[in-house]
Amino acid sequence: MRNEKTISRGRILPAPENHLTAEAVAAVRRSRRGFMQSAAGAALAGVAGGAVAQGTAKAEPPNVAPWTRSLGPGVATLGYGVPSKFEASVQRRESPGLTRTSQSSVSFTPLQNLFGIITPSGLHFERHHSGMPEVDPEQHRLMINGMVRRPLILTMDDIMRFPSVSRIHFIECGANSGMEWGNVAVPTVQFTHGMLACSEFTGVLLSTLLEEAGVDRKNARFILAEGADGSALTRTVPLDMALNDVMVVYGQNGEMLRPENGYPLRLLVPGVQGVSSVKWLRRIEVGDKPWNAREESLHYIDLMPDGTHRQYSSVQEVKSVITTPSGGQKLLDKGFYEITGLAWSGRGRVKRVDVSTDGGRSWRTATLQEPVLTKALTRFRIDWKWDGSPAFLQSRAVDETGHVQPTFGALRAVRGTRSIYHNNAIQTWNVQANGEVWNVQLA
Amino acid sequence: MSSSRSSMRWAVASGAVGAAILAASAALAQAGDAPRFGFGRVATPQEIAGWDIDVRPDGHGVRKGKGTARQGQEIYDAKCASCHGTFGESNNYMVIAGGVTPEDLKTGRAASLKKGEVRTVGTKLNYATTLWDYINRAMPWTAPQSLSVDEVYAVTAYVLHLNEIVPEDFELSDQNILNVQMPNRNGMTTDHGMRSVSGKPDVQGTLCMKDCVKEVKIASELPPFARNAHGNLAEQKRPLGPMRGIDTTRYEAGKAGAVKVAAAAPAAAAAGPTPQDVIKARACTACHAVAAKVVGPSFQEVGSKYASRGDAATYLVDKMKGGGVGVWGQVPMPAQPALTDAEAQAVAKWILGGAK
Repeated sequence: MRNEKTISRGRILPAPENHLTAEAVAAVRRSRRGFMQSAAGAALAGVAGGAVAQGTAKAEPPNVAPWTRSLGPGVATLGYGVPSKFEASVQRRESPGLTRTSQSSVSFTPLQNLFGIITPSGLHFERHHSGMPEVDPEQHRLMINGMVRRPLILTMDDIMRFPSVSRIHFIECGANSGMEWGNVAVPTVQFTHGMLACSEFTGVLLSTLLEEAGVDRKNARFILAEGADGSALTRTVPLDMALNDVMVVYGQNGEMLRPENGYPLRLLVPGVQGVSSVKWLRRIEVGDKPWNAREESLHYIDLMPDGTHRQYSSVQEVKSVITTPSGGQKLLDKGFYEITGLAWSGRGRVKRVDVSTDGGRSWRTATLQEPVLTKALTRFRIDWKWDGSPAFLQSRAVDETGHVQPTFGALRAVRGTRSIYHNNAIQTWNVQANGEVWNVQLA
Repeated sequence: MSSSRSSMRWAVASGAVGAAILAASAALAQAGDAPRFGFGRVATPQEIAGWDIDVRPDGHGVRKGKGTARQGQEIYDAKCASCHGTFGESNNYMVIAGGVTPEDLKTGRAASLKKGEVRTVGTKLNYATTLWDYINRAMPWTAPQSLSVDEVYAVTAYVLHLNEIVPEDFELSDQNILNVQMPNRNGMTTDHGMRSVSGKPDVQGTLCMKDCVKEVKIASELPPFARNAHGNLAEQKRPLGPMRGIDTTRYEAGKAGAVKVAAAAPAAAAAGPTPQDVIKARACTACHAVAAKVVGPSFQEVGSKYASRGDAATYLVDKMKGGGVGVWGQVPMPAQPALTDAEAQAVAKWILGGAK
């Protein structure tokens, strides 16, 4: 428990303009004229924190910015553009100590830095089991075999000739938030929830390909998907799911898949834990029984309190998290804030998101940003006025089936703390009186 | 390609050689059987045999072959122990052995899982076929699908023996693999609501809006020594908008603290890959750490051993690319053919400069 004595209420923090470099201060001091010009800004800053001058005086009015007074580089300077150099803080990151090597590891999406619902392809979280293969699309083949009338071999040319669909779906690793089952373990939303991404995927419905191969609908019950990486990763998917909305994907957010996300071909099993969306897809086998593959019997199984493991626990249940403000951040001032975050469900659409700023005592219903799509991330927003006192921010999503996101207490009462997978508990961010936001779990 | 041509190929592939035209027209005549698009080609049995390697617990896909645990030990010690440990105890990788009791073998429930403390291949896995399938498709980690069928049987037998499931002289084969009684064979359930969208959730939240909890108490938070463990959070939040990332360097662990700081700083990568990037990307770090012995010697140890040698850089480049055994111990270092000369030279220079 926090000691009440240490909390100083309503401390006002310096405004961002006051974060000056020593050089900037010196430059302003050297120039009496510059100092006079920035007097208004300094006065304003003085109210907030008592600094002497504003920052980057060269570019602020009434000065004219150097980039306004010069000629910039021409078009196609970069044939394939990259983010601004000022965006260097926005990176995928590994969680130190989580895995032994980066070849069998995960990197997390920096959700704290993203807007809307689409994850930039270069920031989509990564999970490899045997490193990232460099697959030559010309040589890559997809085999469809097993309980089909015509076992097929398809080239990328063949696959891209079939009628295509584009759909927006999330991919969430089954182990997302897995480090937090027992207690708080990581500081930011990148590490608590960053095995999550949402993209517009383009490809062929698997049903189209299975029909083309002549799937034995009478006797077949499952498919096996297999990757072309060194782990030749395999996962079983029930046939009814496979024929419903599963896609064989080559496009992501308007471009081809990135190598780290399965170039040139991956499976997408919407709403199901990410491991089923097998990357670098090389084979689909149709069968009558599940395969009990390594990734569905040694891992990606949920350990229950009585020592049994839940197998084939596929569906990602209703979940949400506030991304702004969130852990590891510092609020710069009191006053108006927009609380915003993401909600999703593997069972369908998000129906509603409620937000609490007092640790779950009371709740208000947030606004959902359109579009609200099935098995996709949904952005929610709600206004909040921070009065400078400690706050506990939470969000709680409800999906169209009526499933309500549970508290940690409710989840642990049934599943214990050693499940690793499928933690969809309500997340709490503690805004402290000094403006710092930290990851906490409530009793 | 036209649909009649592709139908013909299917007919040929299904064995109707010599009657291709007849078969093609027959296929077209069968409503519902003709492919709608006719893209791609029929996979031949040989092609399927090359890729269709999966093995199921019911015997589907089991390959003919055999191998003893004793034979498996030799292969294991040479190709597996470097990561998984001589006794399956593992160097931080998936623990192969441990936690299985004779009682577990009788009940088919690994009792240690109730405490959740001993999660190994032995305590978790329900079928030996899955072990065989995984070794066959994905191991050894740096050279997957390099073992023969008999070698896979032998290594599987040895892993079973390390878990005290079969005796030392046991021979595993296609004839008996389905009969292996795994210690956790009764430890799995599919009786839950997460198999499909229509499954019933086992945990349901409440939609209370007012006076929902009496007291808000923090039960868990990040201790100060762990607050900088994921790197300086000030560098992980875009420095724009109403918040900044917290400068967590004030929590940086002192010498006694032993908190590791993430090396993944968002520094500009304009100068090309550094030696540190190379050792990570080329999996050197799977066996070597900068300062501590893991499977192989630390980079710093290697550096100090060879620093005074005249041809040290060339020697290290050759070792990296060609592999070796016997200098530092009996665990072989695999060759790294994918490593480019430039990368190897950069890493050698870095090692000889003290690996800092």
